[in-house]
Amino acid sequence: MTQTLLKIRDVSKRFGGLQALNGVGITIERGQIYGLIGPNGAGKTTFFNVITGLYQPDTGTFELDGKPYSPSAPHEVAKAGIARTFQNIRLFGEMTVLENVMVGCHVRTKQNVFGAVFRHKAARDEEAAIREKSQQLLDFVGIGQFARRTARHLSYGDQRRLEIARALATDPQLLALDEPAAGMNATEKLGLRELLVKIQAEGKTILLIEHDVKLMMGLCNRITVLDYGKPIAEGVPADVQKNPAVIEAYLGAGH
Amino acid sequence: MDIFLQQIINGLVLGSMYALIALGYTMVYGVLNLINFAHGDILMVGAMVGLSILKLVQQVAPDLPGIVKLIIAIVGAIPVCVIVSLLIERIAYRPLRNAPRLAPLITAIGVSILLQTFAMMIWGRSPLPFPQIMPSTPVNIAGALISPTQIMLLILALAAMIGLVLIVEKTKMGRAMRATAENPRIAGLMGVDANRVIIVTFAIGAALAAIAGVMWAANYSTAQFAMGFVPGLKAFSAAVLGGIGNIYGAMLGGILLGLIESLGAGYIGDLTGNFLGSNYQDIFAFIVLIIVLTLRPSGIMGERVADRA
Amino acid sequence: MALMTFDMKRNPGQARISLLVLLALMIIFPVFAQQFGNSWVRIMDMALLYIMLALGLNVVVGFAGLLDLGYIAFYAIGAYTAGLLASPQFAAVIESFVNTYPSVGNFLVWLCGPQIVQNGIHLSLWLIVPISGVLAAIFGALLGAPTLKLRGDYLAIVTLGFGEIIRIFMNNLNAPVNITNGPQGINLIDPIRVFGVSLAGEPGSGSMVKVFGMSLPSVNAYYYLFLVLCIFVIFFSSRLQDSRLGRAWVAIREDEIAAKAMGINTRNVKLLAFAMGASFGGVAGAMFGAFQGFVSPESFSLTESIAVLAMVVLGGIGHIPGVVLGGVILAALPEVLRHVVEPLQMAIFGKVWIDAEVLRQLLYGLAMVVIMLTRPAGLWPSPRHEDRPEADHTKVGTAGEVKA
Repeated sequence: MTQTLLKIRDVSKRFGGLQALNGVGITIERGQIYGLIGPNGAGKTTFFNVITGLYQPDTGTFELDGKPYSPSAPHEVAKAGIARTFQNIRLFGEMTVLENVMVGCHVRTKQNVFGAVFRHKAARDEEAAIREKSQQLLDFVGIGQFARRTARHLSYGDQRRLEIARALATDPQLLALDEPAAGMNATEKLGLRELLVKIQAEGKTILLIEHDVKLMMGLCNRITVLDYGKPIAEGVPADVQKNPAVIEAYLGAGH
Repeated sequence: MDIFLQQIINGLVLGSMYALIALGYTMVYGVLNLINFAHGDILMVGAMVGLSILKLVQQVAPDLPGIVKLIIAIVGAIPVCVIVSLLIERIAYRPLRNAPRLAPLITAIGVSILLQTFAMMIWGRSPLPFPQIMPSTPVNIAGALISPTQIMLLILALAAMIGLVLIVEKTKMGRAMRATAENPRIAGLMGVDANRVIIVTFAIGAALAAIAGVMWAANYSTAQFAMGFVPGLKAFSAAVLGGIGNIYGAMLGGILLGLIESLGAGYIGDLTGNFLGSNYQDIFAFIVLIIVLTLRPSGIMGERVADRA
Repeated sequence: MALMTFDMKRNPGQARISLLVLLALMIIFPVFAQQFGNSWVRIMDMALLYIMLALGLNVVVGFAGLLDLGYIAFYAIGAYTAGLLASPQFAAVIESFVNTYPSVGNFLVWLCGPQIVQNGIHLSLWLIVPISGVLAAIFGALLGAPTLKLRGDYLAIVTLGFGEIIRIFMNNLNAPVNITNGPQGINLIDPIRVFGVSLAGEPGSGSMVKVFGMSLPSVNAYYYLFLVLCIFVIFFSSRLQDSRLGRAWVAIREDEIAAKAMGINTRNVKLLAFAMGASFGGVAGAMFGAFQGFVSPESFSLTESIAVLAMVVLGGIGHIPGVVLGGVILAALPEVLRHVVEPLQMAIFGKVWIDAEVLRQLLYGLAMVVIMLTRPAGLWPSPRHEDRPEADHTKVGTAGEVKA
């Protein structure tokens, strides 16, 4: 287990005439909460999609836990140890809350057709373990009592928690959250902050995109700022906040 | 080499009909993102209604020149097809505009079956002969033969396609159609009434299918309740080949597919050492479809579409 | 459905009782129906085959959300497997090879020996069932493979194309070499033999099968065989549904991108759906071939694929009891109505406007259109989860939340 969990260098991605990402890289240490901020359209979600295998980059090197990983397919990335949530919440709406998390356990389990049909001891045990682990994760994020509800009937804030629980079920080394606080009110954001701190206390590493600058400043150990696809600042929150390039990117020149 | 020119001519004739039908598919897909599975059966309705009208004309005015009688049949078939098509849109598709993907498709399949069933009830199950009313002596072009019916077909198809292009490029409704195909919401914000555009789209598609239907029946001298399904499917393949949603793509795809089928049927025996014969002709369209969707889903004239997560 | 419930999760006691009652009814049925002759039991025999097909399609469409419009191709493959491996046809195949491609032909003669060259291959039920299942599964994966990246409607059309291609091949593989005997189809397929007893009955006994000292009509014997197979298919399906694999299928159906992000290898999982669904179709097809004694390409047209789809849609996409119900209704109802509607029309109009075939088509078309417009989850959808009561039976497979 190396200290540096994620090392990404020199990622570029072009969409037709638009250079969405231009030489972006980040380094995340184990156990950190790492923030990625920037104005709208800066390329944050594009970067996420690249490192989790949804988009193919034009250039870039990717290293997780000291080993290179190839973000060619999302399921390979999940298997390697990066789990993500989505800006526009992508739950399995018709499944129950518990089942959503159980799907998260898929990547670390192995029973297949044979186990499904014959339900021998190993299969039954695995299924019971999946169920138990999923319920525990639901309790951990605070929605354990909704286990039997249909997922799309949860409140917005609880849906976000569910997505996080599902991502945690994949036993990731890195939890990548795309705007988990979007659309939340102040109380919900506090709850989210508590949850993320709790997850960090469990030893997980978190990469976080967010717009709420105050939330980020109080939560993250380090931050990278993107603007027009290029990194313009990197460092601890206090420094980033004072960085003139960052201020200009957000508020315009002359501030 | 002597069959080459003949197959080209056959291909152009076949392709023109495919093009007319493909336009209907591609326009509806452009505005609604829906494969109008029942469109091939509109072709059939056009053919059957045209046939009935023709029989009537034969009784009432048997001395009219063949070409006039055919035109009357077409002119009579068009409104019927348009009405049927609009009814389908109103009753079966409009309520499902916001339903998940599979629902409108399943409904369309159901509508297709219902159309065929009603046709079966009205016109019976057996194929009906389409009278030979155009002069039957073929014209000889450098060794290849083309019948007057086929010449009329080509002319009508060309005229219809030019007419459509004029509508789409030069009229206000045409602009509205293009705008809705690109971005229905913004078009709506600009004052375009989406429902009206959709109605016009279905109507034009139905009219083109009516023309194709009557001419198809005239060309093959027969019409039957199940005749629309296979041409419909092939025309859809043509639309995909040309680039679904793109009108010029549909025309190009239709002609191309007609040529591929004709040449393929002509030469497949030679190509496969007589293992496969021209009775496998129907497969070409499907193979083209599968290849296009696998290798270049946007078709010849379509744009590459990037997926946003 | 308060009296009969099959929801094992929420009410296992009552579900078990309901199942037993249903089973008892199914077992008694032929005895009762025999009073009216063979026809009702024969109708149920075909209905049971259709139920197997519907359950197989349900795995692909209902569980995984892949609209396969060419599903009948697997029925055809199973049927032709029985045709080639349980009839004199293979002898004709070898002879045809010898005449057209002697090198291959003579190799086959050497490989198969004089018995087969003369009489064809005649395998038993215990071999035909697994072989047709496996063969169909392989084709399922093969035909599914090119569709993996396609979106819903394109996938439907491509699978439709495949279904047609298979039918065209079956119809034309009689020249230059005769494999499928073309439009005439394959005749003289062996009836099923179970432990030495032929289900077509002993010759000269009027199609009566003698077993355990009792004598029962051939259609009844087939009925029980198909019932057993149906029960197996229901059992397999429901085990698959409630498993890690079943969840992966639903995940893909609901949101494929999220499923991938959670580590599901969607390519393999989809192929499995195709393969498993196809295998049920293949087994049903083999049974069909043996039951009917002959197979021909016209039994495997698009109309049949659509019929099976209509059953799944009518009953309740993804819900096994619903699918069974849809199968029973759409397989049996047209026949039932025919006995009523045709005489009625004769009495009133003096002629039959709507005959059985038309009626069948009408029902399929109406089933799909009306259900999709009024009750898309089907007549008997999955019971709702523990929830605030919502009139949301109308949402079929809605994915996640608002997409910006």
